[in-house]
Amino acid sequence: MIRSQVLICGGTGCTSSGSQQIQDAFEVEIQKNDLQDEIKLVRTGCFGLCELGPVVIVYPDGTFYSRVSVDDVEEIVSEHLLKGRRVERLVYDDHGKAEADEFGNIALNDTTFYKTQNRVVLRNCGVINPEDIDEYIAMDGYAALGKVLTEMTPEEVIQEVTDSGLRGRGGGGFPTGRKWALCAPNKADQKYVVCNADEGDPGAFMDRSVLEGDPHSVIEAMAICGYACGCTKGYVYVRAEYPIAVKRLTIAIEQAREYGLLGKNIFDSGFDFDLEIRLGAGAFVCGEETALMTSIEGNRGEPRPRPPFPAVKGLFGKPTVENNVETFANIPQIILRGADWFASMGTEKSKGTKVFALGGKINHTGLVEIPMGTTLEHIIYEIGGGIPNGKKFKAAQTGGPSGGCIPASLIDTEVDYDNLTAIGCMMGSGGLIVMDEDNCMVDMAKFFLDFTVDESCGKCTPCRVGTKRLLELLDKITSGKGTMEDIDRVEDLCNYIKTNSLCGLGQTAPNPVLATLKFFRDEYIAHVKDKKCPAGVCKDLLTFTIDRDKCIGCGLCSRNCPVDAIEQTDYVAPKHKRPSYRIDAEKCIKCGACMSNCKFKAISKQ
Amino acid sequence: MKSLAELQAIKSRMKDKVVLRDGMEGIRVVVGMATCGIAAGARPVLNAFVEGVNKEGLEDKVSVTQTGCIGICQYEPVVEVFEAGKEKTTYVKMNPEKAQEVIEKHLKGGQVIGEYTIGAISA
Repeated sequence: MIRSQVLICGGTGCTSSGSQQIQDAFEVEIQKNDLQDEIKLVRTGCFGLCELGPVVIVYPDGTFYSRVSVDDVEEIVSEHLLKGRRVERLVYDDHGKAEADEFGNIALNDTTFYKTQNRVVLRNCGVINPEDIDEYIAMDGYAALGKVLTEMTPEEVIQEVTDSGLRGRGGGGFPTGRKWALCAPNKADQKYVVCNADEGDPGAFMDRSVLEGDPHSVIEAMAICGYACGCTKGYVYVRAEYPIAVKRLTIAIEQAREYGLLGKNIFDSGFDFDLEIRLGAGAFVCGEETALMTSIEGNRGEPRPRPPFPAVKGLFGKPTVENNVETFANIPQIILRGADWFASMGTEKSKGTKVFALGGKINHTGLVEIPMGTTLEHIIYEIGGGIPNGKKFKAAQTGGPSGGCIPASLIDTEVDYDNLTAIGCMMGSGGLIVMDEDNCMVDMAKFFLDFTVDESCGKCTPCRVGTKRLLELLDKITSGKGTMEDIDRVEDLCNYIKTNSLCGLGQTAPNPVLATLKFFRDEYIAHVKDKKCPAGVCKDLLTFTIDRDKCIGCGLCSRNCPVDAIEQTDYVAPKHKRPSYRIDAEKCIKCGACMSNCKFKAISKQ
Repeated sequence: MKSLAELQAIKSRMKDKVVLRDGMEGIRVVVGMATCGIAAGARPVLNAFVEGVNKEGLEDKVSVTQTGCIGICQYEPVVEVFEAGKEKTTYVKMNPEKAQEVIEKHLKGGQVIGEYTIGAISA
């Protein structure tokens, strides 16, 4: 009889910090202590607090261990599992902010990170074993598919999804119910459901975590969509760079087939549905729906003009519904708990919740799910735990290479589709990169543009040539050679690319530049007029200097300089014994090694 | 899968296995499992509780966990029963048979078995 369960995070974050080895160690230790009949090990999906990984939770008491290492396992088994004494030094204390219960335990859901989250999409992530269909079923899995097939007509299903107000979570925000309703009436001998799991934004990992932590929810939703829209075949297009997600999804599809939840005559309703996985080779443009379908067809992943829209002529020229992973993961819950329940969360035009991948200059890097309409301030300071090292918040970048940024002055913005669009930003798929005073906004725009230049498929000229020229202009500005006219040219070119590109990639590529120009124009001007980078990032505009009165002449900087640009002078500062050093600006490559090695804060950069 | 009943059957069979992760509400049985407790035979007691609670279908109401040394080593194995709004009951010198009785009378019937409590022994 199992008396205790040990949940080990098997998400990509924790796996890369060694959670597989920890699981192996647990197996060995549990055997050694002859506890295998009493303790069950469960490898789950992502818990969300990737910053604190590898994460291990022991139930039934719910003890939350963070940053566990293989060496800690023996102690956890012999102390906690055998003797019931928690290993206090590993217990997450939430910096003393959460209240412990009478046993000194802090429940996961009471920590500031989880307390105000509302987990709909991620409800099973970190709770069930994603490789065991039975655990999904125990959590009401496939009940929505059963309900749809036995009690509802396809029209009722589409109505329910429409009433819920769910909008596409891939970034566009198109109403999901309407998308389904557009495809449903189209007659064809074969229609398709496609799941877009080609999550390509730098810094975004929501979809990966859903596929890794709860793959069955996507499979179930695709079958529901197939029934509603009259499609009998589905494809999941997932990046080959997500090996764990691919593996778990493959296992999940096999298990669903075994149970007859995929295949012929599901629930004896006469409805057939089956799924296949297609691996993407990592081209960003394949996240665009028409390019994605072209890639599934076996062709080079290039977008094509719309109309015809995929609902009429999509995959293999047949009517196709395409939704993103997170969108699908909402569907079973909407069917089971009703459109009204879903619509009760969020704002007037953006219902439900949104998952964000928090990254950048933030204490709790990880995955959070919050109701639409939560303020950015709450996300960053309450859930995210604020900015490390007491630095000042400067801006949050959303939507990756297609998105914009929200400056500190708009930190009280309620995050939903329309509010973000209104300030010239976009929701995007959910990457949220936090930047502090040390980030240069021109450099950030350049980073994302560099990405889109690489990833432009080359089919249309505005995107292929336009983004390249735009990047060259930004390079000119960040190297101190820009003129005020260049800033205007950047703006013109942005607008041109935006209006003339063929697909979403090009149409949104200038967004990071436009948004930073809108909110941080003074930084661009500082680069051009003062030839200075206010944040001290753009190397060409930096000079490192040694304050000769602070320098004690220890020579540490000189020894660490990779290009021998630092030499001793004749000047001995009052109170110091040895002569000070100076940097030869001609030789200096601005690597910053001298500054980080100086123990007396005598070196500054400007 | 041909019917909702089949799905329901899997769900109820599995529910027991994931219910542990639902967090704790209701009655909480805590078994002292420090070295002193284990030496005095706390593990069979713990397992008796886990199995008994499950057999009686009490797993939604009762959770069984372990704790460290409570400090009264001479009375081990010690079992504490916590119920919301009620005073804690401390059973001492437990064994699997007594555990069975506690499940039957206390956890199911709501009757504290006075003779096994610490009050009866130290008095």
